[in-house]
Amino acid sequence: MAADSGRDDFIIAIRSAFLKKGTRQNFSLLTLLIISILVLSLEYFKSGPISKLRSITKDLIFKGSFFVSAPFVYAKDQYFLFQDHLNMYEEFTVLREKNYNIEKIKNEIDFYKSENIRLKKLIDEREIASENYLIAKVLLDQQSPFLKSMIINKGYKHGIKLGVAVKDQSYYVGKIINVNLLTSRILLATDLNSKIPVIIEPNGINAILSGNGNNLYADLEFLPKLNEIEEGAIVYTSGIDGIISPAIPVGKVIINDEVKYVEFFVNYNQLKLIRVNN
Amino acid sequence: MALSFPKKVYKNFIHSFPILLLFFIAFTGLDLSFFFLNINFSFNFIYILIFFWILKKPERLGYGLVFFAGIINDVVQNFPIGVSSINYLLLCSIALFIRSRTLVPSLMYDWAFFVVAILIVSSIHYSILTLIFDIPIRYGALMFNSVLTFLVYPLLSKLFYQIYIIDLRQENAK
Repeated sequence: MAADSGRDDFIIAIRSAFLKKGTRQNFSLLTLLIISILVLSLEYFKSGPISKLRSITKDLIFKGSFFVSAPFVYAKDQYFLFQDHLNMYEEFTVLREKNYNIEKIKNEIDFYKSENIRLKKLIDEREIASENYLIAKVLLDQQSPFLKSMIINKGYKHGIKLGVAVKDQSYYVGKIINVNLLTSRILLATDLNSKIPVIIEPNGINAILSGNGNNLYADLEFLPKLNEIEEGAIVYTSGIDGIISPAIPVGKVIINDEVKYVEFFVNYNQLKLIRVNN
Repeated sequence: MALSFPKKVYKNFIHSFPILLLFFIAFTGLDLSFFFLNINFSFNFIYILIFFWILKKPERLGYGLVFFAGIINDVVQNFPIGVSSINYLLLCSIALFIRSRTLVPSLMYDWAFFVVAILIVSSIHYSILTLIFDIPIRYGALMFNSVLTFLVYPLLSKLFYQIYIIDLRQENAK
């Protein structure tokens, strides 16, 4: 008898949780759960009107998100500006002590560039990567432990293509993983799911750069067991995948407890404008 | 007696505090994560918010609005659209079930049920992402996030409780 009433209470509680609308509620939870499952099932449509609608919805939400987070972005910018001011004198002293001969280095680079073009012609290598780029503004900087991405204000209307590299000046930032009508999402090289083929110079060792959620450095995977990589070696994109342009500088190797990491050249906290290859 | 404009704004703010906070977090993708000893600490703020307010005052969070907050969160976090809505609505239903079965509410009971709720919701969330959408997931990191969400619950619920009391006082003063 007591067991029966207990079971009845349990069923009533479940029914009231799922089916009862409750005060000031327009829908029951069950109705909304069914709608959610239907919305989720629409993810299978990757093209056509549903995809266009999804793209417009995303654009609208990104714009809304941009306005909502504007005060916080402003506060963050001010914080980094203040930090820059604090570090200015130190940086100035370091730069003054370095003996730069920029003109000489520039001439050397020009020589190597022209030599490289000549040699490529000799071996009949075709340029896969494009040198054209678009400048885009960062709308949203989404940096949670599980997702390191950015939303930019250029979409397929502006000619952005899926998978292409994104740079800050000449340094690698990430690649485009999602293109909407007016906005796109960049997966940063720091993201847990980011895997990019790289080449470590001067030895020319190939490896995979794998993000670990940290904004300062990333892991190197699939390195040869016997390698002579030294601290400070420069890591470039290798372009083996045929989508990301080769020779984009990513960072330099740092060694900690005999484990090799790549310290990024880009400061991921202060990205405002970026270049997208197209 | 008619209320002055600032008082009206304050009253409305307290009244709609849970829904404003929910949409604010969904739009900004705020997760309050920080690095300590090279470990990333983060917790799911929205789970705590929904669970607490559905237990205390479900009418403050409209289910339809919770559904929309889930859609926004999915777009901002780059999840398949609809996943977070399912999670939040499931959390709502678990909280409602606990609410209807609890005679004397206490923080300890709520806390204990919260861990059950987030384990169910997280399992469903990860199952959808891995089995249906084939999205790679680091279970260790996500489990750590769930544990931290559970640990932070009493602290945030104390904070929300103060707001709940202010709201209750304003309602009773009518």
